[in-house]
Amino acid sequence: MVLAFIEHLNGAPTTLSLEVLTMAGRLSGEMAVPLEAVAIGPKGAAAAGIVTSYGVSRLHVGDDPRLADYAPAGWARAVAELTERVNPEVVIGTASDRGSEVMAHVAARMKLPLAANCTEIAPGDPFTVTRQRWGGSLLEEAHLKGRVKLLTLAPHALAAEASPSRTEVATHPFTPALDDKDFRVRLVPQVEADTGKISLAQARVVIGGGRGVGSAEGFASLEELAGLLGGAVGCSRAVTSLGWRPHSDQVGQTGMRIAPDLYIACGISGAIQHMVGCRAAKHILAINTDAAAPIVEQADYAVIGDVQKVLSSVNAQIRKLREVPVG
Amino acid sequence: MNVLVCVKRVPATAGHIALSADSQEIDTRYLGFTVSPHEECAVEEAVRLIEKHGGSSTVLTLGPEVAIDQLRDAMALGIERAILLETDGREWDPVATAAAIVEAIEAERAAGRSYDLVMFGNESADSAGYQIGVRVADALDLPCVTGIKALEIGDGEAMVRRQTEAGWETAELSLPAVLTVKEGINLPRYPSLPGRLRAKKKEIERIKPQWQDGGLEKIRLKLPVQVEHSVEILGKNGDAGAQVVELFQRLRLL
Ligand SMILES: Cc1cc2nc3c(=O)[nH]c(=O)nc-3n(C[C@H](O)[C@H](O)[C@H](O)COP(=O)(O)OP(=O)(O)OC[C@H]3O[C@@H](n4cnc5c(N)ncnc54)[C@H](O)[C@@H]3O)c2cc1C
Repeated sequence: MVLAFIEHLNGAPTTLSLEVLTMAGRLSGEMAVPLEAVAIGPKGAAAAGIVTSYGVSRLHVGDDPRLADYAPAGWARAVAELTERVNPEVVIGTASDRGSEVMAHVAARMKLPLAANCTEIAPGDPFTVTRQRWGGSLLEEAHLKGRVKLLTLAPHALAAEASPSRTEVATHPFTPALDDKDFRVRLVPQVEADTGKISLAQARVVIGGGRGVGSAEGFASLEELAGLLGGAVGCSRAVTSLGWRPHSDQVGQTGMRIAPDLYIACGISGAIQHMVGCRAAKHILAINTDAAAPIVEQADYAVIGDVQKVLSSVNAQIRKLREVPVG
Repeated sequence: MNVLVCVKRVPATAGHIALSADSQEIDTRYLGFTVSPHEECAVEEAVRLIEKHGGSSTVLTLGPEVAIDQLRDAMALGIERAILLETDGREWDPVATAAAIVEAIEAERAAGRSYDLVMFGNESADSAGYQIGVRVADALDLPCVTGIKALEIGDGEAMVRRQTEAGWETAELSLPAVLTVKEGINLPRYPSLPGRLRAKKKEIERIKPQWQDGGLEKIRLKLPVQVEHSVEILGKNGDAGAQVVELFQRLRLL
């Protein structure tokens, strides 16, 4: 059996979890074994209505009330205990922050190897995976051993694909043996939302600034364009290292991964560690003085020129467009 | 308080990555070496903790002899002691790496040095297994939080914050503990010249751990397939303004 560890929000599986279900479904088909899923927290049972479209035959729900809120070691204990009991060939989780953390705990607890951020899985002996290194700038082909193969799936390695046919899903609640020790990390339940601004993760347009913006003040023109387009401002690591912008704006290997409709890279050279953070954008527009900068050849559109000159002209034209009375 | 920071020597990759002829490594002929940005921040955080609370800091790496460069870099920033778990340069997988680190921490404890905090980067820049910190915490029976971007210590407790898609999440845990750090927790300082000179003279403690097969074996590296595509040049400088606005309209952003 293949076991998919899914994350959910009040029973609705996250996008990455749907990708995991899709990959796990393909794998179970290839291995000719059933597909089962596990969701943690009492509300996990509501996921049955969705996993039915992904070929899941059984949904295990770790329904102890203490597992309702995120508790990394407690969640891992539940997944590990279930794994020992139902004995799957493979357990796949998401490579989200939480998925990665829980699967690492599962692996540590079960004393098994874990392959993180896999993009391809070839079952058999040897069991071969392709996994991301350097944030996805490089791939590794590896052999994974262990009586149960534990892995996490890299975000967007494939697209989630629901099947038109539905399976009969049997829901199996279970109560793992929990220990106070599993709750030594106390999460303060309330999450502070970032106020007001459109978040980098959600924005349809992201205007990214690099060293070529010239200064912290130079970002004013990017902020203005973000305001005009209803987008968000991001930046490169060169910029956060210089202290021009907070690290929460950084796009790339050690920053955010974004997937807007349009990414406007202003004065950014296009280093691979930056590109892994923005290559999921539908379109990239580069603004750079150097026509030979790597960003230019990786972009869909480019303007060769000074960031400030280009943006002041663009911003002025959009303002003018807005002034013209409609009709 | 006593803090241990664990770091990994990796190539300081530049704009793009090339592979060695046998596809086993990154071609490092023209590259320097460094540690992950996450680990640079872990080192900085350890130095700040000791500056604030007193105590001592130690840096540890598992790697080849030349990894003493990265240990000295950390000492140049203010870390006091350094331990090298010396390997013959071959790849150690996460299980083997964590086991060697656990053994070293236990040996330290037996010698009367115990740590209130063991810090790691959230994931190494190169192999990025996302698990060493958690495995070490599990083996030592310590609580662990990964991916922290803020840390406060008070009265045997740690308060940490991490960034989620929805905002910021706060967690509390008692010390001793294991924490893995993400870039952004601080802005690391640059080493001073006296710092560098001091670090150069310091002794490095060495241990030779036993390699083991941890169950994840690298077969080869490969570069992701690049999709062919072409770029449309919209114009130069301010003259391109109209074309850019037209593009926004075409993409239905205006
Ligand atoms: C392990 C590791 C992780 C990393 N993680 C990240 C990460 O998460 N995110 C990230 O961004 N980087 C990351 N980096 C760093 C990355 O390698 C680059 O150093 C960084 O992205 C460069 O930032 P930049 O493009 O702003 O600066 P530069 O490379 O200096 O480029 C500046 C660009 O601006 C252009 N320019 C200059 N003046 C102007 C002007 N007036 N108008 C228009 N254009 C102008 C130049 O032609 C140049 O192309 C990482 C590196 C490593 C080793």
